[in-house]
Amino acid sequence: MEVLKIATAGSVDDGKSTLIGRLLYDTKSLTMDKLKAIEEKSKQRGFDYLDFSLATDGLIAEREQGITIDVAHIYFSTPAKSFIIADSPGHVEYTRNMVTGASNSQVSIILVDARNGVVEQTCRHFFINNLLKIKEVIVAVNKMDLVNFSEEKFQSIKNEIYYLATKSDFESQKITFIPISALNGDNVVKKSTEMSWYQGETLLHYLENIDPTQINENTKARFPVQTVIRPKTAEYHDFRAYAGKIYGDSFSIGDPILVLPSLTKSTIKNIYFFDQEFDTALSGSSVSITLTDDVNVSRGDMIVKIDEIPTISKDLEATICWMDKEPLQNSQKYLLKHGVNDVQAKITHLSTILKTDFSGIEENPTVLTLNQIGDIQLKVNKPLFFDTYKKHKYNGAFILINPKTNNTVGVGFIK
Amino acid sequence: MSKKILEVNALESEAIYIFREVVVQFERPVLLFSGGKDSITLVRLAQKAFYPAKIPFPLLHIDTGHNFPETIEFRDKLVRDLGLELIVRKVQDNIDNGKVKEEKGRYASRNILQTETLLDAIEEFDFDACIGGARRDEEKARAKERIFSVRDDFGQWDEKNQRPELFDMLNGRIELGQNVRVFPISNWTELDVWSYIKKEQLEIPSIYFAHKRKTFVRDGFIWSVNDEFVYRDEYEEIIERIVRFRTVGDMSCTAAVISDASTIEKVVEEIKDSSISERGARIDDSRSEAAMEKRKQQGYF
Repeated sequence: MEVLKIATAGSVDDGKSTLIGRLLYDTKSLTMDKLKAIEEKSKQRGFDYLDFSLATDGLIAEREQGITIDVAHIYFSTPAKSFIIADSPGHVEYTRNMVTGASNSQVSIILVDARNGVVEQTCRHFFINNLLKIKEVIVAVNKMDLVNFSEEKFQSIKNEIYYLATKSDFESQKITFIPISALNGDNVVKKSTEMSWYQGETLLHYLENIDPTQINENTKARFPVQTVIRPKTAEYHDFRAYAGKIYGDSFSIGDPILVLPSLTKSTIKNIYFFDQEFDTALSGSSVSITLTDDVNVSRGDMIVKIDEIPTISKDLEATICWMDKEPLQNSQKYLLKHGVNDVQAKITHLSTILKTDFSGIEENPTVLTLNQIGDIQLKVNKPLFFDTYKKHKYNGAFILINPKTNNTVGVGFIK
Repeated sequence: MSKKILEVNALESEAIYIFREVVVQFERPVLLFSGGKDSITLVRLAQKAFYPAKIPFPLLHIDTGHNFPETIEFRDKLVRDLGLELIVRKVQDNIDNGKVKEEKGRYASRNILQTETLLDAIEEFDFDACIGGARRDEEKARAKERIFSVRDDFGQWDEKNQRPELFDMLNGRIELGQNVRVFPISNWTELDVWSYIKKEQLEIPSIYFAHKRKTFVRDGFIWSVNDEFVYRDEYEEIIERIVRFRTVGDMSCTAAVISDASTIEKVVEEIKDSSISERGARIDDSRSEAAMEKRKQQGYF
C-alpha cells in the first residue's frame, strides 16, 4: 500500500495532540485498549476531555512534564493509504527535532490557532518547511469553534501566510488552507456543518488524495553504491553486483552510465531485485545492478547517467542546522556523511546565522549553537559528487559527525 | 515485448537499505530471532538484501525455555531450509548458575530474565549490532526508538540522548564496548507485516492460526494451560477454546485471542478489523504504563 509520510509540529496549546488523536479516533486507528488507557489517565488527571497527547508522548519524562521532547512516530491507515506522522514539538529549543521530522516527510501540516493567527512558531515551521523543500504544506487553522467559525478570521490568517510565502525562494511549494476544529472534529475526517463558506476538502480527504507524483521530486537519477554483492559460490562464481537504493529518477538496462569518482564509462547490464530481473527500476527501490564492463566500483561510489554528472568538488557551501550542545566552530574538523559516502571535513568559514525570530541574519558569527541555523563553507579531504539541495534532496544533504563523541551534530543543505 | 518495471515498495526497500548499511558499518552483526512473525519477516528481507549471496550474519535465539514448542520446531526448520547459522543461548543456564533468580507465583515470567542472557551473548560473541524486529507502532516507548539505537556496556537505552536520524543517513559509529540495536522494520505496522507475509507466502508457526487449545481466563486474558511453566490456581477453570496468537512471546506472558482465522487471508482481514492492539495481548506490557521503557533502559530488546 502507498505510504504517505507527514510532519507535524506545534505545541500542546495549538491542539496538535488533539488533532492527531482525532485523526486516529475518527479513522478507528485507536484501538479499544489504547483508548481505555487514555480515558483512565485523562480522568485521573481531572480532565473532562480525552487527552490524546497521552497516546503520543511515549517517554516517562514526557508524561511527567506534559510536553513532547522527541520526535514521535504515529501510524494510521485508511483503505486508501497508510500514513506515518513524524510529530515534533514546536518550540525553538526543538528546532533540531522539527528538522529531523521534516527530513523524513513528504507533506507537512502547520497548525495555527485561529485566535492567535500567525505567531513566531508558525514562521519557524514555515521556514523549516522551506529550508527542507517540503513541496506540500497544509496550514490547518484550528480552534475555528472559538472564533465563531469566522470566514474573515480564516482569510486574514491565509493572507498572513501568503505574505510569509512572498519572502520565500521556494516557488514550487503548494500551500493549502483548511479551517478545522480538532476538538469537535470539524473538517478533520468529517465535513463541518458550521462552515458552509468553506468549499474545500476535509484534512483526511485531502491527505488521501495527494498525488505521489506531485510530492516526490522528479530529478536526476543517482545510484549511490552501498555494498558489492559477491556470493563466491560455485553457481555464482564471477557474480558481482552493486547494491544500493535509487534516488531521483529511474535506471534501465542499457543506460550508458558513469561511475563516480573514477569517471569510468559503462552500461547497465542487469537490474536485480531478489531472484527477479527487471528492465527498469524506479526512484525509491533498493536493487542491485551489474555493468557490462569489469570496472572497479566500491562503497561510496555513485552511478549516474552519462550526461547527468553532478558537481564534483572538495569545496562546498551549505546551510546548516546545528544539533549538538557543543557548538560548531570555525576551522573545526568533523566527519561528513553524504549519503553512504564518508569523508573528513573542515569548517573554513561560518558566514551567517539566522536570527531566531527570523528578523534577519547576523554576519560573521564566531559559533553556531544548538538549534541555530546558519551558512557555512567547508572543505573535504576527498572530492564529493553532489547536487544542490534545491535540485536534489538526496544528493544535496549531508550530516556532520563529531569524531570524538560519534554523535550526529548537524545537518547540511548544499547551496 | 513489454518492459518489466519494478514497482516501488517503500517499506521493503527501506528495510533492505538498512540491512545493507548494517553489514557495511559493523563487523559482527547478528539477527535476534524469536521465531515470531516479525523476525521471520526480517529473515526474508535479509535474504532479499544480499541475494544471491547468503545472509552474511548468524541468527541468535535467546531461549527462555518457555517457548511454544511449535515455535522451536519452526525455527529449526527455517534454519535448515535456508542454510543459516543459528546460535541459541538459554535463560535456564543463568538460572542454574545462580546469575539470575526466577520469578515465582501467579504472574511469574522469564521475560525480564532474557535481557541478562542477551547481554551475555553480546559479550561472548562480541556482537556490535543486534538486528531486531521491533516496530514503532507496537508500543509508545518504541515509537521514540531510532533505527540505529546505541546501547552502552550494560545494554542501556539513553532515551533522552538519542542521535537524530536525518533522511536515509544512518550513523553507526560507536566506541569500544558500545553496541547498536538495529530495527529495519521500525516503520511497519502490524498490518504491514501480515500483508507482507501473505504477499511473500512466508511460512509461519502454526500457533498464529486458529486451533483448539486448553486455556483458562485470568484478568481478561486467555492463558495457555501448561502445568510446567504457567502458574494456575485450581479454581481457574480449563476450557478448550478455538484461539490463535497475534504475537508470540513466552507461553507465560502471551495471551491468546478467540479467533477462527485459519488462513493467512483470514488473519489479514481480522487484523484490519481489530479493535484491540497487538500488545494488548502481552501480559508483560500490562504491568505498568512505563513497563516497556523501563525494560528497555535495562537493556531489553
